[in-house]
Amino acid sequence: MSSFISTFLLLHIPDGFLSFAVAFIAWMIILGFLIVALRKGQQALDDRLIPLAGIMGAFIFAAQMINFPVAGGTSGHFIGAALAFIVLGPWLGLLTMTAVIALQALLFQDGGLLVMGANILIMGVIPGFIGYQVYRMGSRRSPRVRLALGGIAAWLAIMGAALATTLLLALSGTTTLALTLSAMLGVHTIIGIGEALITVAALALIGRSRPTLLEAGADHGGKTWLVTGLIITLLLVMIAPFASGHPDGLEWVAETTGFTDMAQESRYQLLPDYTLPWLGETPVSTILAGIIGILVVFVIIYSISKALGRQKRLKNTGITGME
Amino acid sequence: MRLNPFDQYQPNHSSIHQLDPRVKVLAAVLFIISTALLPDGAWLAYALSWALVIIITLLAHIEPWLVVKRSFLVLPFLLAAVTLLFTLPGSVLWQGPFGLRISDYGLLRFTSILLRSWISVQMAVLLTATTRFPDILHALRHLKVPAVLVSILAFMYRYLFVLTDEVGRMLRARAARSACLPGKKGGRSLLWRAKIAGHMVGQLFLRSIERSERVYEAMLARGYRGELLTMNPHFMLTKDWIGLVMSLLVVFAMQAAGRLI
Repeated sequence: MSSFISTFLLLHIPDGFLSFAVAFIAWMIILGFLIVALRKGQQALDDRLIPLAGIMGAFIFAAQMINFPVAGGTSGHFIGAALAFIVLGPWLGLLTMTAVIALQALLFQDGGLLVMGANILIMGVIPGFIGYQVYRMGSRRSPRVRLALGGIAAWLAIMGAALATTLLLALSGTTTLALTLSAMLGVHTIIGIGEALITVAALALIGRSRPTLLEAGADHGGKTWLVTGLIITLLLVMIAPFASGHPDGLEWVAETTGFTDMAQESRYQLLPDYTLPWLGETPVSTILAGIIGILVVFVIIYSISKALGRQKRLKNTGITGME
Repeated sequence: MRLNPFDQYQPNHSSIHQLDPRVKVLAAVLFIISTALLPDGAWLAYALSWALVIIITLLAHIEPWLVVKRSFLVLPFLLAAVTLLFTLPGSVLWQGPFGLRISDYGLLRFTSILLRSWISVQMAVLLTATTRFPDILHALRHLKVPAVLVSILAFMYRYLFVLTDEVGRMLRARAARSACLPGKKGGRSLLWRAKIAGHMVGQLFLRSIERSERVYEAMLARGYRGELLTMNPHFMLTKDWIGLVMSLLVVFAMQAAGRLI
């Protein structure tokens, strides 16, 4: 039954909950990320990459078993997305989380196969971007400030993942955005606090035992995350036309508490004509828009990775250069 | 030490088990894609797909209940889809308290999502129940998944057992240290308990990273040259080609049943 709970906590979407178009576009975006991540990882680590990323994946998986009693038989869980990115840096972190998600899907059916791209986006790219970027803001600050930022990063990473899950579900027409958004963000506000506390304590211990690990993790990556920012903006642009059909965002979330009002009014006209229009079918226009978006993304990734490739190879990333 | 609590593989010598893993991975992925592409309310296609799942289960001599039980994994996500029942416009089927109404279109959409997801998950369960995990990885390698990624997965699979055992020992040690009198509240504040859990995570991280360094040295000592070699080559036999062609035909038949009828 533990996997039953984890599917919900870890936001691993099963097959069938995303439309083909959404799942396909997510895969294409993730492929771009993975190609860059593999290249960066091999540049930095050579063949150390394989044992390191593999064992870190097993670490995240095993650490998810660690919990602490909260109250009344419930317990706080560790999810680990932000920690992985903070200590391993963005590209190695992404490979690690990809391994975790792929293994959970292939071995336990925890998360689907067709939607695996979306799951990597949700639990890899988005928390990675948020968590890593927030933590990096404190790279020249005191250890205390950095720890606090680590906690905030962990909380935001979980919230970002919950938000992304809801948006992708809504985009596929498998959920009512307003209702699920408030429910998901509500639940994960609390889950995120547990995650933040554990992450801070773990970072404190790692910082005391092997401080170089944290400094190294905060240093590399740098400009490449600009790309991620661009891609996430692009994603939001793709989502925007869908969301703009709704009333103002704040208004929604406030109104969802009045669950019953919503049901009576049914003001969110997902289906204008009460037929079975675009929802079930895969809209060609979405795919076309997605393909154009992907082309743009590829050009950006390619040019930036080329520009970075001219710089010196990152040899000692600190993670393995400890000797 | 627990004995392999993760492997979902059900050892057997059925015709399904003996199919080439590449065929099984491809067929399962095609089936899942095809299921995702079925339109709402294509009941006949859903029924046929599920019948196929049952036929494969029986051919593979796997207990059907096992497959059904593991497919309950989709349940938590149904919470998200349930909202559609009440919010999609349509003619009202059921008028409940608090002004809740279920529309016919909401019910159609919800049931379709439920069935599509449930059938897909069952197919994925069948794949892991009839194929050893290393064989799945090997198949992925042959299907042009980057070698590095497959090797990372293989390593993760290998050390999953080692590290979860490590966590098991840490949890047992914590439980042993946390004795308290019956009726008394054990442990200190919530923050303190979170800190202990966090220290366990940090400790596990340090042990893992040190282990990865040791493993790498050991690999070098054994002549590792950046590639993992395998000792069980796969060959496509006639029955594998037949299986591949049959699964393609089935996918086309499902799409035809879902869209034309």
